[in-house]
Amino acid sequence: MSEGTLYDKVWERHKVADLPNGQDQLFIGLHLVHEVTSPQAFGMLRERDMEVAFPDRTVATTDHIVPTTSEGRERPLADERAEEMLTHLERNTEDAGIRFFGLDDDRQGIAHVVGPELGFVQPGMTVVCGDSHTSTHGAFGAIGMGIGTSQIRDVFATGSISADKKAVRRVEITGELGDGVGAKDVILHVIRELGVDGGVGHVYEYGGEAIRSLDMEGRLAVCNMSIEGGARAGYINPDETTYEYLEGRGFAPEGEAFEERKEYWESIRSDEDAEYDDVVEVDADGLAPQVSWGTNPEQVVGVDEPVPEPAETRDPEAAETAQAHTEVTPGETMAEHEVDVAFLGTCTNGRVADFREAARVLAGRAVDDDVRALAVPGSGTVKRTLEAEGIHRVFKDAGFQWREAGCSMCLAMNDDALEGDEVCASSSNRNYVGRQGSTEGRTHLMSPAMVAAAAVEGAVTDVREFDTADEVGSGSGSPVADAEVDG
Amino acid sequence: MSDDAPVADDRSDEPREGTAVPAIRRVAGTGVPIRGDDIDTDQILPARFLKAVTFDDMGEYAFYDQRRDDEGTLNDHPLNEFQGANVLAVNDNFGCGSSREHAPQGLMRWGVEAIVGESFAEIFQDNCKSLGIATLAVDHEDAVDLQDFIEATPDAGIEVDVREETVQYDGKTVEGEVPDAMREALLEGIWDTTAVMRTNLDRAKAVNDSLPYTDD
Ligand code: SF4
Repeated sequence: MSEGTLYDKVWERHKVADLPNGQDQLFIGLHLVHEVTSPQAFGMLRERDMEVAFPDRTVATTDHIVPTTSEGRERPLADERAEEMLTHLERNTEDAGIRFFGLDDDRQGIAHVVGPELGFVQPGMTVVCGDSHTSTHGAFGAIGMGIGTSQIRDVFATGSISADKKAVRRVEITGELGDGVGAKDVILHVIRELGVDGGVGHVYEYGGEAIRSLDMEGRLAVCNMSIEGGARAGYINPDETTYEYLEGRGFAPEGEAFEERKEYWESIRSDEDAEYDDVVEVDADGLAPQVSWGTNPEQVVGVDEPVPEPAETRDPEAAETAQAHTEVTPGETMAEHEVDVAFLGTCTNGRVADFREAARVLAGRAVDDDVRALAVPGSGTVKRTLEAEGIHRVFKDAGFQWREAGCSMCLAMNDDALEGDEVCASSSNRNYVGRQGSTEGRTHLMSPAMVAAAAVEGAVTDVREFDTADEVGSGSGSPVADAEVDG
Repeated sequence: MSDDAPVADDRSDEPREGTAVPAIRRVAGTGVPIRGDDIDTDQILPARFLKAVTFDDMGEYAFYDQRRDDEGTLNDHPLNEFQGANVLAVNDNFGCGSSREHAPQGLMRWGVEAIVGESFAEIFQDNCKSLGIATLAVDHEDAVDLQDFIEATPDAGIEVDVREETVQYDGKTVEGEVPDAMREALLEGIWDTTAVMRTNLDRAKAVNDSLPYTDD
């Protein structure tokens, strides 16, 4: 059993009671809500004549089903079922007194982008959402867990979930990242090393120099994909990078309160002599940009490495099926593999830093004629920040469609979908068959910079071969500077 | 459950006092095998069917794409071939990916009451617990053997015993593992945690008040 880790400390602070089933009742400090997994839970609550117990600890947004064109967002939405889901959320949040960032609020966006950037998520919190990528929030040193709809009902009714403590695995990521290589490459590499089910029964504590050197947005991308590695949560101990990011975010404390809160944040960091259930080391020194070749997120190679023969993989049968689907050839590299679509966005890589990184590659270049390219900011705040910096120009000039915020082609619950057997260079987190809306579609996961490079070349390309612009846009300051917050 | 299933299901009809759900000690019936590792919830319930404000129709959407050929007609997918079964036999890391409860809801509404497999993704397993679906983890060989058995003799009876953490079929008893909390919850009929946790609401409020960040 682990001892003295952030996970242990935060858990203890939030424990409400021992439950008769042997689990702990754990208090939830922040409940993020969206339109797809909540209406059924609100329904169950009504059936039982119960009310939301802690509306102040709850924040809602709409992301999965929202159209990403401005015309498409006019109400009622053209898709009746999407409209119904949205109306339900509007009504439910209003009845319960829950803060809601709807389509008419320019801070609307993906829950896992909105929560962090507005300062709702802070170190030492327990965060849940009816969405597996709640692991994202671990980047602050919070415990973020995805839950199902019955558990959402639990949180509404009791502010708590019934949960088991997991084992804590320290994932020590050593080495220095070269130019053109970033957080997304690190986490794809970790999943490749540890496997898509390597984390089952565990939470991951990421550390080591490669992690320390990442900015908050990079850390969010790493923790985001913990769930792809099978871990129930993933987190990074808070440090100065975390505090600097939080300072000035609308819903984070200010002034003296901020300093006081910092004491709590410092206190929940894993102790120097903390005990872990398990420690693994992953070397990221000189890592190449990573690209997925198959249909699960561990089927990944460096862009300059040959795609493995099925027999060389952990699961040869799965590899064979995957290679038949993606039509990649073992022995050849992913470089020059043609793509039809380039998709930038999502809760993994839909933040300001991600678009800046992609823009550095795109500046002065044009999207290949045969490529359909979509840039979908993760939130209205991200979008306005990029527009204020003039970065949207780079995308538009290059031939990207510049969209409104939402999950979009990550899972294609709106009109943004792959068609037929299109091949997509995607900054998202899942390459499952059918994930992007077409059962024949092919998804290759990669970093935002690599997506930009693929868009330009019409094929997977090692972004390190590109001269990139040093600075794009005005480069002005922090993303929240212009984000209005009404407290 | 098929008509000739040898043993009756043992869901006690009366919920225990103070809870709204029955205790589940055993699930007996026939099997349906779905082979493959890392079967994700996007396959179990494709995203385009999530656009519904209730779970009512999810049974129709379980493995929707895989159950149909290109023209949209039903193919020989196990969920088509083994209608009436209630014990699902799967392999490794079943239910990984998205946390959507629509996936186990779909399986449950199709008829699944227990799942035997090599391992399960955690959120999926939690969702099963919330719905009163038992999951039993067994060795690779045992999972494959059970799948082979079901394919060879689709009408033969299978029984998952939650208390003993076993699956019985073909005259043999195979040991496995039901997570402790799930086992306890199913056996005691306390798998609906809302009621139980609601009794601690005052304590939850006390924790809320004690946290350094809740006065924002
Ligand atoms: S962007 Fe994709 S992974 Fe993230 S919450 Fe939306 S659908 Fe889920």
